[in-house]
Amino acid sequence: MTSSTHAGGGAEVAGSEPLLNVVGLQTQIRSDRGTITPVDGVSFHIKAGEIVALVGESGCGKSMTALSTMRLVSSPVSVTGGQVVFEGTDLLGLSDRQMRRMRGGRLAMIFQDPMTFLNPLMKVADQIVEAILLHQPVKRREAEKLAVEALRRVRIPAPESVAERFPHQLSGGMRQRVLIAIAITSNPSLLIADEPTTALDVTVQAQIMHLLADIRRTAGTAMLFITHDLGLVAEYCDRVYVMYSGRVVEEGSVFDIFAKPRHPYTRALLRSTLSPGTKADDFVSIQGHPPAAFDRIAGCRFHPRCPSVLDRCRTEEPPTRRDAAGAAACWLEGAA
Amino acid sequence: MLSYFARRVWQGFLVIVVIICLNFFLIHAAPGDPVNALIGTMAPTPEYMEQVRREYGLDEPLLWQFLRYAARMAQFDFGESLRFRQPVIDIILARLPATLLLMGTALVLSSTVGIVLAAAAAKFRDSWVDRVLTTTSIVGFAMPAFWLGQLMLIVFALNLNWLPAQGMYSLRAPSDGFGRVLDILRHLILPALTYSVYHLALIYRLTRVKMHEALAQDYIIAARARGVAEHRVVYVHALRNAILPVVTIIGLNFGFMLAGSVLVETVFAWPGLGRLFYEAISARDYPVLMGIFTLVSGMVVIANILTDMLYAVIDPRVVYG
Repeated sequence: MTSSTHAGGGAEVAGSEPLLNVVGLQTQIRSDRGTITPVDGVSFHIKAGEIVALVGESGCGKSMTALSTMRLVSSPVSVTGGQVVFEGTDLLGLSDRQMRRMRGGRLAMIFQDPMTFLNPLMKVADQIVEAILLHQPVKRREAEKLAVEALRRVRIPAPESVAERFPHQLSGGMRQRVLIAIAITSNPSLLIADEPTTALDVTVQAQIMHLLADIRRTAGTAMLFITHDLGLVAEYCDRVYVMYSGRVVEEGSVFDIFAKPRHPYTRALLRSTLSPGTKADDFVSIQGHPPAAFDRIAGCRFHPRCPSVLDRCRTEEPPTRRDAAGAAACWLEGAA
Repeated sequence: MLSYFARRVWQGFLVIVVIICLNFFLIHAAPGDPVNALIGTMAPTPEYMEQVRREYGLDEPLLWQFLRYAARMAQFDFGESLRFRQPVIDIILARLPATLLLMGTALVLSSTVGIVLAAAAAKFRDSWVDRVLTTTSIVGFAMPAFWLGQLMLIVFALNLNWLPAQGMYSLRAPSDGFGRVLDILRHLILPALTYSVYHLALIYRLTRVKMHEALAQDYIIAARARGVAEHRVVYVHALRNAILPVVTIIGLNFGFMLAGSVLVETVFAWPGLGRLFYEAISARDYPVLMGIFTLVSGMVVIANILTDMLYAVIDPRVVYG
């Protein structure tokens, strides 16, 4: 394993320490059929107040990266290596109790499908109050007031009445707002958003994204935004990490990634995205499929699908080359 | 919601009417002659048998017997026991409290202990606690009640002499006050335990599976993500969701528990409905049998309606209409 050569960066950030610095994160799933490594030496960092996108196809390990960062994986999944330094503390070294205090406090998370991430038997208010009581030194009555306040903050109309409802009585967009309200009750410095709009209608998507952007603007909350929707990335994010098969293959500012993508996978990803200007001929889907969980691919993991594959791609893993604009792990980088 | 339950009660009533009708023909289709049982062991003359048959109206056409039976049922008159020559309703009501006490104890015991153990086993999944409990539950599940009951009798009543073997009261115990309660409790322990084992195993196994399902749900991850401690995740978030289907099974099991009372009450000579049922079969006491059938089917119907109502209380998503 040469995870060090795949370090996406973070170490080079001089001066101010990033809010979150993930270095060489590795997560494995043990099963009777063997061990698979859905997150294989992933490194990224997020500065205070920054919105960073983690993009890639389904199954590339981006959600697993998020869950590993929060230490929300449990047997048979486990974080087997790396560092997750958040506000100067390595989260992987904390006790379970210390980690619990972190979750929902300084570090919060929202999820893909708001239909299933709220407890169906608990009132909205009770689920928010639960989070408040865990992280803030207030009494229950005070917490109930704060819960209504949190609902107002995520622009839910008639928050007092919504608080008394059960999740199934709310629309998908409302439920996602409730989850956001729960996540931001304690003013976290980092919010991990795992495809927060994927399960929603397009119009609701835009509302939720505006809300998240507003929270960043008003509270300075940094965000790790996990998505496969490059349109949202272009509109709302500052920097991008592109993941493929458990590794970061390219990183850069949103502008650089969209203007001059360096990794063939990033280029393919961009070409397979429809936008108003795309003509039918320009739209190309990426040929082949992402590698299956148990496949072990020699060399660059993208080489079986890469349109510009070189001989050495089949045998040697490309190192991550870094410059002022960003980084990419591709042999073409060296050749260019 | 009110109209829904009015409809359920009406449906339940129809079910009971159908069962009352079926009972009659079912029992008359069974082999054996009640007259033989009535007269007993002495060899009767055919004339005497004919006289008894006439006295009890057993010589009339079946349809006529049925119509008389139906007319009486409509007035809650279950007739007279062939064996005791007393109104069936009096005999049943005298035996009902003993069965309700035994069943209620077993129901509460098996449900609470089963659910608590299952929640613990789910929290420590694949630990030795989980393995021991789950393996033991297979044994409890497979053991026939009559055999387990006799085993308990031999060990705790005969060999160790800790607990009484038979009946519900001791003759020498005080006939009222605390002493009597204590005496009944001592008699209750063995039959209630015997009765509980199967249901405890059933509730345990069901709850454990439902806990595993609940713990794999997304809202569990979300609860952990907001910093909820693991014991609260398991005992509040997961358990409340896991219990919903268990409540249904407990309610549906009510009928099976009544059926099980026949075995347990016979083994321990517990003076309840189950033993009355067994005795009535031996004596071909048709009116008593039909009375018990009717009462039991009514109880099962009521239990099911109550289960539905309880479900509406504990699951906010359930809307009746």
